[in-house]
Amino acid sequence: MKKVFNNADEAIAGIPDGAVLMLGGFGLCGIPENCIKALVKKGTGQLTCISNNAGVDDFGIGLMLRQKQVKKMIASYVGENAEFERQLLSGELEVELIPQGTLATRCMAAGYGMPAIFTPAGVGTEVGIGKEIRVFNNTAYLLELAFEADFALVKAWKGDEYGNLVYRETARNFNPVMAMAGKITIAEVEELLPSGSLDPDHIHTPGIYVHRIFQGTHYEKRIEQRTVRKLAD
Amino acid sequence: MLNKNQIAQRLAKELKDGYYVNLGIGIPTLVANYIPAGLNVVLQSENGLLGMGPFPFDGEEDPDLINAGKQTITTVPGSAFFDSAMSFGMIRAGKVDLTILGAMEVSEKGDIANWKIPGKMVKGMGGAMDLVASAKNIIVAMMHTNPKGESKLLPACMLPLTGVACVKKVVTELAVLDITAGGFKLLERAPGVTVEEIMAKTAGKLIIEGEIPEMIL
Repeated sequence: MKKVFNNADEAIAGIPDGAVLMLGGFGLCGIPENCIKALVKKGTGQLTCISNNAGVDDFGIGLMLRQKQVKKMIASYVGENAEFERQLLSGELEVELIPQGTLATRCMAAGYGMPAIFTPAGVGTEVGIGKEIRVFNNTAYLLELAFEADFALVKAWKGDEYGNLVYRETARNFNPVMAMAGKITIAEVEELLPSGSLDPDHIHTPGIYVHRIFQGTHYEKRIEQRTVRKLAD
Repeated sequence: MLNKNQIAQRLAKELKDGYYVNLGIGIPTLVANYIPAGLNVVLQSENGLLGMGPFPFDGEEDPDLINAGKQTITTVPGSAFFDSAMSFGMIRAGKVDLTILGAMEVSEKGDIANWKIPGKMVKGMGGAMDLVASAKNIIVAMMHTNPKGESKLLPACMLPLTGVACVKKVVTELAVLDITAGGFKLLERAPGVTVEEIMAKTAGKLIIEGEIPEMIL
């Protein structure tokens, strides 16, 4: 069982053109920065990306959009990205918008080995068009399928040689459920530790879900909306 | 007529001790500034936090700690982090007591539209559809009319829906209204605003019973 890779380039080797990827993160918080940069360098194309957001023009998934590596984007919110908008309006990019909870739960279902879930989100809206509806206890629910992703790219705070992962603060977001959902899950961590270094009680993602792990470098951790209060407040 | 901060101040009166509350982007976010002293209210941010605190002081921003509007924030003592699936799990399971969000249109039946304007760039619904489909108590905070002066309280929404028959109450710069089986029931009017003005700016069915009191902020 060798899960540890030297760097992002080695860890993403084997992701082919046309692959379906999950990418963790909320906005620019907790995104797999190193994997994205490696994919941009390698130029892997025709990708389907499942991620809550699509980055900004010059960071995150936005870097892959700029190089036209993304064929289809599945997300819940895609504002703040001019290149994304241009590609969407010109028809170069296919986009599927789905409710955020549905996105998270379709990942969760995949990681829990369940083919589908029922959710009330989107009932009576255009999101529900063409989907099976079931009524339980007088409430209507949409049938939504578990995602199938070839690779999940996630970012954690700490990890060990077995692939056990610990996230930090709200950088956790979609990372644990996507880590569980990928056929092959690649985790990049700020700190890679020897086995036994992490308290088993504190592990968020057990290593069984993680196939490749590496310690990332040069984390930029860009802030999208820097908001502060003055000392007088 | 109320300004945005006063709308938030009026909304804060809907909070009760022990409430778990999700605040949407815009006016709802301002409600956090008016939580009455002594009231224990826990703010949920759907990106994975219970116990959201105020913005950090300059220089203390943490890129790993943001709210659902992607703004840097802090935590309060007793806070907890969790993943996105659990976040929407607690919303879906009805654990969040109150959701306050903005809207482009609300119908007299409680339908809400706030995510898409056909022909314009669509940014996505984010967590709004999940919230309105599951929360048991949904209050909309918005202006009574759009920039063109047209009513946003309608017989039926014209924009694509976010959720159906889910809004319980609407607070605007002019009025507080409950959504009832018969339509918008006028509960309070803003200081200096007449019932006639509210009638003129409400396109949906408006129910007026007896004297309508002025809001107390």
